[in-house]
Amino acid sequence: MAKIIAGLGTSHIPAIGAAIDHEKTQEAYWKPVFEGIQPVRQWIEELKPDVCIIVYNDHASAFSLEAISTFVIGVAPEFLPADEGYGPRKVPAIKGNSKMAWHIAESLIKDEFDMTIVNEMPVDHGLTVPLSLMYDKPGAWPCEVIPLCVNVIQYPQPTANRCYNLGKSIRRAVESYPEPIRVAIVGTGGLSHQLQGERAGLINSEFDENWLDHLVTKPEELKNVSHIEYLREAGSEGIEMIMWFVMRGALDDRVKQVYRFTHCPVSNTNYGLLALENGS
Amino acid sequence: MKNEDHHDIPGTYVLDGEHSRKGYHLNMFCMSLNNAENREDLRAGEVTYLSKFPMTDEQRQAVLSRDWLGMLRLGGNIYYIFKLAIFDGLNMQQLGALMSGTDMTEEEFKKMMMNGGRRIDGNRSKSESHNG
Repeated sequence: MAKIIAGLGTSHIPAIGAAIDHEKTQEAYWKPVFEGIQPVRQWIEELKPDVCIIVYNDHASAFSLEAISTFVIGVAPEFLPADEGYGPRKVPAIKGNSKMAWHIAESLIKDEFDMTIVNEMPVDHGLTVPLSLMYDKPGAWPCEVIPLCVNVIQYPQPTANRCYNLGKSIRRAVESYPEPIRVAIVGTGGLSHQLQGERAGLINSEFDENWLDHLVTKPEELKNVSHIEYLREAGSEGIEMIMWFVMRGALDDRVKQVYRFTHCPVSNTNYGLLALENGS
Repeated sequence: MKNEDHHDIPGTYVLDGEHSRKGYHLNMFCMSLNNAENREDLRAGEVTYLSKFPMTDEQRQAVLSRDWLGMLRLGGNIYYIFKLAIFDGLNMQQLGALMSGTDMTEEEFKKMMMNGGRRIDGNRSKSESHNG
């Protein structure tokens, strides 16, 4: 039986990927960020998940307004880094787990989560930056990856509650998979940030810290926060935070907070990192 | 009672259905810049390249004059128009300053970020910012 062994939340700010790719992690601006993520790298190194389900959003790389899917699961055996306008990131190809991804897709749909199933898609910084955060610069990624992409760009996004329930359904799917695979689930994006308009640069650390507190201990109280509240309080791109609910929903009601770290600013964003394990 | 209308958030262009409908071709032009050959074509001649996309004259003009706020107002979404900014060699701080609607410089924008970012107080709703 497969099992979810850990949950990780992290922002997926592209500048972090660029700092790793261009060896800037020891510069004054970046040093505190990379010191702050070190405990999670050690934790992941000890856990050694076989598969990471990475919940992220595509930023007009694989998908566009041409066709907008709310929830996408990637079932391919391999995913390549996308060209986001600079040429693709020079990171290893991402190995999928096609068999398990298909099992999860079928299980989710039977459970009334009508997924879009994708065989061919490049993956952008939303997925590759979390991998770099977790594993630095290996010659090959040490885990297989099942990409789970959420629409957070076109309004209305799915509700946080829907994301939370999707996480619960993913857990049922994983636990009904017959092979003994150890799975980590990663919720990415946020925390507060706004990239656009006259309000660009918005950060709301108070909202973020309170949100993290509740996500860990009282997700049921937090899950009904509305779109408008995220857009207003966490910024128009801060609504990415709903993707952490997929991760949280896949874990026990009571979790152990292994590690938490925030740092402001990283680029235009309040960076957040949260490591959780089941049980209290 | 809080205002539940996303149009009430100041300085924020939410990609709802109406915005998406208005900005479709503008955004799809930006999307085309994921392709290196298309970037070369745009570099070879902007007016010619833009003629391939059925945008409005206003949208075309906003692109040519790099009126970033204009593009947002005309249906653009940040993740799409940022591809044009990447094409121009701009980063998110430079673009943030250019969209601020003031004469803020990149250095001032970076300084604001280093000091904890733009404050939420006074920026929650249009009524609040008009009063503030």
